[in-house]
Amino acid sequence: MREYELVIVGGGPAGMAAALSAREHGINDILLLERDRCLGGILNQCIHPGFGITYYKEILTGPEYAERFIKGIHAAPEIDVRLQAFVVDLNKEKIMTVLRPGSMERIKAKALIMATGCRERTREMAHIAGTRPSGIYPAGLAQKMINMEGWLPGNEVVVVGSGDIGLIMARRFSLEGAMVKGVVEIKPTCSGLIRNVVQCLEDFNIPLYLGHKIARICGHDRVERVTVVRVNDDLNEIPGSAFDITCDTVLLSAGLIPENELIEMAGVKIDKNTNTPISDEVNTTSIPGLFVCGNAFKVYDVVDWVTKDSEEAGIQAALYIKRNP
Amino acid sequence: MNTRMICTECPKGCALSVTVHDGRVISVRGNECNRGVHFAHQEIENPKRLLTSTVCAEGLSVRMVPVRTDRPIPKDKLQEGMALIHTLRIKDPVNIGEVIVTRFLDLDVNLISTRSVK
Ligand code: SF4
Repeated sequence: MREYELVIVGGGPAGMAAALSAREHGINDILLLERDRCLGGILNQCIHPGFGITYYKEILTGPEYAERFIKGIHAAPEIDVRLQAFVVDLNKEKIMTVLRPGSMERIKAKALIMATGCRERTREMAHIAGTRPSGIYPAGLAQKMINMEGWLPGNEVVVVGSGDIGLIMARRFSLEGAMVKGVVEIKPTCSGLIRNVVQCLEDFNIPLYLGHKIARICGHDRVERVTVVRVNDDLNEIPGSAFDITCDTVLLSAGLIPENELIEMAGVKIDKNTNTPISDEVNTTSIPGLFVCGNAFKVYDVVDWVTKDSEEAGIQAALYIKRNP
Repeated sequence: MNTRMICTECPKGCALSVTVHDGRVISVRGNECNRGVHFAHQEIENPKRLLTSTVCAEGLSVRMVPVRTDRPIPKDKLQEGMALIHTLRIKDPVNIGEVIVTRFLDLDVNLISTRSVK
């Protein structure tokens, strides 16, 4: 079984920043595992600008932000990168099984940093009533379809939830020629940044229905319409307020869940409400030498903070390795 | 005349209060930094946006190459820009920052790649 001083799971912004920082702090036997075909993680599909304002003092798109780190990783011989590498189990000794096309390998880490990011909440978690037709997508999945695969998942779109991904996708669909018929937000205020309301909705005359919710989704094979209702201060439906919007696509921007099933398998104490490790200090867990950084530790608003805190994780792991030779 | 607007230059999203006379900005308040003043002028005189999108790749390691204009373009040209982008194909490897279209829409703007693609 091959043993590394430091293994990092996840080659997105968090994992790359942690790897580069650990190397800068004297660790020279690092394995970086990424399940996709390239490094960069979610940034590769975030083609809009707005990244790097605090870290680089420049306004970059997601791929541009990612590429600065990718170049750093490739220039570092101490960091061994494996792509299409999927970790399927992990125990408290920090031994993991890694699947790659045509191979399965056991690897042990002296220190481990999990930078596995998060996944989107689904329609089932958002408890939306109605039928189960095709045409209902988490907003980030739709973003991947458009920006990575070049498919337009629908022509008439209603966005549920006013998080930033939903707002950015409303603009993206509009630019691609789809008709975005509205963004429906149950709370009385928008949950995304105000600048995104301006440049993603107002610029394209997309209505924002605050204090409204989707009562049901209708359609047989494909989404045909949604019924929208107004809600009161207790978020209950106001009788008589219902109206229909015809659409063929519903995008959900219903929040993110940190992806921590592997560390849970290893016995790390997890807060079941947030799906994040229970911890007093950033990036640490109940298992010494097992760190979690980036969106897996907590959901961040801005990638710049992910980078900052993940660099800290690299330092924490380096210290742990030096203290436990 | 007094107009209110949100500065979109950074995630802070300052609420600007802009005094306008004859289509010209007289004063700007509410900005936390100087970029807010520039934004208010541009938004009143000629609103512009950075256009980001993707171009179809053929025979490369990815299907879509992300692109952007290297400077903001007039807001009312966004759809025209998208129509042009839809006609493009990238067949050869590109570097990040490489120009895909010079003088995009006959503006003093280039369309550049935002990712290196082999
Ligand atoms: S005025 Fe400055 S700080 Fe305020 S939103 Fe604009 S750029 Fe950001």
